[in-house]
Parts: sequence; structure tokens; C-alpha cells
Amino acid sequence: MEFENTIGLETHVQLKTNTKMFCGCLLKTGCEPNTNVCPVCLGYPGALPMMNKEAVKLTVMSGLMLGCEINRHATFDRKNYFYPDMAKDYQISENGQPLCIGGGVTIDTPAGKKFIRINHIHLEEDAAKINHYAAHSGVDFNRGGTPLMEIVSEPDMASADEAIAYLTALKEMLVYAGVSDCNLEDGNMRSDVNISIRPAGATALGTKVEIKNMNSFSGIHAALEYEAKRQRYNVAHNIPIIQETRRWDSDALETASMRSKENAHDYRYFPEPDLVPVELSEEQIEEWKGLLPELPEARRNRMMADYGLTEYDAEVLAQARERADFFEAAAKTSKNAKLLCNFFMSDVMAWFNAEHEEEPQTDAEAAARLSALFNLSLDGKINGPTLKELLPEVLEGEIADPAKTVEEHGLGAVNDTAQLEEFIRQAIAANPKSVADFKAGKKAAAGFFVGQVMKLSKGKADPKVVAPMVNKILSALA
Amino acid sequence: MGNDVKIDVAYVAELARLELTDEEKALFQKQMEGIVDWVAKIKEVDVEGVPPTMHGHEEVNAFREDEVRPSMERELALANAPARTGDEFKLPKIVEGAES
Repeated sequence: MEFENTIGLETHVQLKTNTKMFCGCLLKTGCEPNTNVCPVCLGYPGALPMMNKEAVKLTVMSGLMLGCEINRHATFDRKNYFYPDMAKDYQISENGQPLCIGGGVTIDTPAGKKFIRINHIHLEEDAAKINHYAAHSGVDFNRGGTPLMEIVSEPDMASADEAIAYLTALKEMLVYAGVSDCNLEDGNMRSDVNISIRPAGATALGTKVEIKNMNSFSGIHAALEYEAKRQRYNVAHNIPIIQETRRWDSDALETASMRSKENAHDYRYFPEPDLVPVELSEEQIEEWKGLLPELPEARRNRMMADYGLTEYDAEVLAQARERADFFEAAAKTSKNAKLLCNFFMSDVMAWFNAEHEEEPQTDAEAAARLSALFNLSLDGKINGPTLKELLPEVLEGEIADPAKTVEEHGLGAVNDTAQLEEFIRQAIAANPKSVADFKAGKKAAAGFFVGQVMKLSKGKADPKVVAPMVNKILSALA
Repeated sequence: MGNDVKIDVAYVAELARLELTDEEKALFQKQMEGIVDWVAKIKEVDVEGVPPTMHGHEEVNAFREDEVRPSMERELALANAPARTGDEFKLPKIVEGAES
């Protein structure tokens, strides 16, 4: 029998705030253990939480980007559990009235576009970090109380590839909007993965298995592929699939059952009495909406329309927000944005990608300089080699006014036809052997004369202009 | 919450990691049922159209700006730890990833 997978993800994303969710402790990775702690995040009795407005804002912005409905009245609850990573024995979360409801992400699959629905996004606090040693364990509360946004998908994914496409799309959007760094190594983005199988075409869901706390895309992919196979094997051999939590063992490359305590998931949620509800006005939501950047897909389409870019160029640019901003700033004053884009995609991007001692400049002035330089080339005032030669200094800011530099250093292109013809005749007179080669049919000899003219013009002639002139004059001699 | 609220002290004690004797369980069961019954009097009031209330006041949006405030001295934070390991709160050896 053919089986299909049903996959849903719960993705925890660390929000990019300066401080913790409910206290003013610094949020930073790599600090000495237990240095960013206070009575609130250590769970002292009587300490009261105060909500970080920035965390609410970033969650709402995420919801707006993902097409969620924003809950005008959101409340917080206590999720009770006993484990040493949570000193007060409950996690503050949103159970009944989360900030964002619905929405979704469109992914590309081999069969075309597919919409993965989101059930809701809620805001909560992270647990502390437990470190494991040979004979004991230790708790570091620096991470405790970090604002986490949990994005809960519907079980709409059918393969490991689709799950990764969904996560990649989420990550791109959240990083783009500056909501999170989504740095997987630092645990900024961790997912609990749910997977079940059912006969192809069936509507009822199979028994699901959860794999918790996965922080690498490759691990998630491998774990899902493994579970999909294991569950099919079980069904084929009449071994029951148990609803349980399993752990991915990245060394053994298999999932293993985690015999968690019975009743461990009865969290006895109840309303958090120490926090008042969040009520969002239309004005507040509109204000936060205004802070959202144009998303890559919309930007790609707009840049294709505005500048006549190819889909490929627009796509590449739109994915790199700062590059796209820089290009658009330069394009504003460019005499030909399409040609500027070609130059940008090759030479400017190469410059960005190369190593630099100083951070590349991408401000409005740098964009204006780039545009001014390229306009000189468009006007035929400098040739291609000069354009490339001046580019690094223009981007670094050493050349403030490209037109002035070209003028002062006599770098302007030689476009005077009479002057160029004179150079060609000089070259011919000085190199009779190459002329003979050309007459004997060696067409490559023409290239030699172009080189000679470039030399005579001190690099200021345009090879594209010179080549046809050389050919014409040499052919006339033959 | 229209249904009768039932309480199972033995189960709640297990969730709360409380060790109770059988006598205690029986005593607390009776006492807790008394409390639940008493609170259930609220059901006699017609609350049709009244939204659920979590607080005794109507304040909303008690926000804090995202500004860093000084944390505690680490030694002070660790002073209450029954045991410490290096600069961390010491625990018995626990199985990695068993919860959370």
C-alpha cells in the first residue's frame, strides 16, 4: 500500500531584543554563566514580570508578514512543569489567546507552489540552559527568559524537502525583517517536528510522533526521512506506532524513544495573574506594519517592473536586502538602470564578495558616486577598463567626484575619430610584419593593432570602438 | 466552564511532585472538594454576556521598554544555591533532553 507523510512543525524563534522577555537582563550569547540574571529570571518568589514591548512588536510584525490575523486582545498563561531549566516551575506562554492567528507561507515544490498554513504564533519565555557533565549537571540561567516566538504550522507538509523549504522561507523572511538572526548554531531557531503516515488519499491522520528541539536543517531532514521509513516499516510488519516523543541521535543517524514520564504533558495551564492583557489598537498595528520591509517576492516583482531587470537578477538582488537597497539608491540617478544592473551584478557584487580591510560603504553617498561613475561610462566619457579600474576607489570613498577625478587625471575616453585613425596609422607604420600577417589571412593580427592603439592612447581609447576601425583600415590595405 | 469541576488530589500531587501519605490524600481530597464547591457558587450568578476576567482591574498593556538594566552579582545569585558547580547551579546528573 502507498503511504503519504503528514508533517507539522513547531518552530521556536529567538527574537532580536536587547533584553529578556520579562526583565531588563542583557540578552547575549557567549557570556560567563549566570551573569545576566535577576530575581525575575531566576524565578524568585514574589518577583514580578514586566513585559518587553519590543518582543510584542517583533511578534506582531512577524504575524503581519506571514499573513496572520493579529489578535486585538492577547493574554498570557502559566504552563506548569517541573524541570530544573525553569526555576519557578512554570513557563509564561500564551495558550488561549495568542498574538497571531492563521496565515502561512508559500513554498516551491517540484509539483509547483504550495501554501503551508500556520495555525498561530505565540510569545513565550525560553528555559535556562542545562549543561551536562560526567557525574552531574549544571544550570546557567543566562538564556532563561529569552523572548521566544513559537510558530505552529498546520500539518501541511508531505516530505522532508517541504519541511526544509518551509523553514528556509520562514528564516529568510524573519532575517529580512530584522525580527531574528535565526542563527541555527546559536539555537536562535529550534523546531519540534511532528510526523505521521497514512494510506495515500486517506483523510484521517495517523498516529503522530514528535521529535523535539532540532536546531539544524540537515538534522531535521535526516530525522524526517528516517521516521518516514521507520513508520512504514512498522506498518508493514504489524508493529504498532506509538504516540510518543523521540530524540534524533545525530551520531547513530536514527530516532530513539524518550521514555518520558506519564502525565508529563498535563501542563495545567491557567491565566498568568501577574501579567495584564495586551490590547492592540488599529493605530498601533498600522504603525508596526509601516516598519516592515518590502518582502523579497514583492520587491523582486517591483524591481523587474521598475528597472526592466531579468527575473534572475531581480531575485538575486531581492534576497540580499542591503545590496538591493544600495542598487536602488544608485539606480535612482542612473541614466540606464538596466545597464547599471548588469554592471552591478558582475563587478559591484564581486567587489562586495571580495575581502576588504574596511567595511564596504553602502550609504547614499556611495550610491550617488557609483551612479555618477557609471553615467560617465554610459555617456562614453570613460571606457570599460577605466570604469572597472575606478570602481573600487569610488566605492571605498577615495574618489568623491568621479567626473572631477577623470578630468584631473586625464582619464577621459579618446573618442575623437581622427585621433584614433592617427593612432591606427602609426601602429601600422611601425609594424609592417603584422600587416603582412593580416594580409596573409591571419585575422588575429587585428587584435594586436587594437592593443597597440590602446597603448598609444595610454589606455583611454575604447577597444569596442577601435576594433571595427582597425578592421576597416587593414582590410582597405589588403 | 459549565461542567462540574472535579479534583483528584493524588493526581495533582503527582504532577506537582508532592509526596503525600494516604491519610493526607484523603484529608486534602475532602478539603479541596469543599473549596471547589464553595467557588462553584459563582455558577448561581447569571454571567451571560460577561467576558471572563483575569484581574480585579481593567489595566492593559503594562509594557517595559527594551532597555538593559544591571543584573545581579553572580555570587549573590549563586548564594542561595544548595550546591554549585563552577559558576552554575549544580544538579544531579539528568538525562539530556528529557523535558522542555
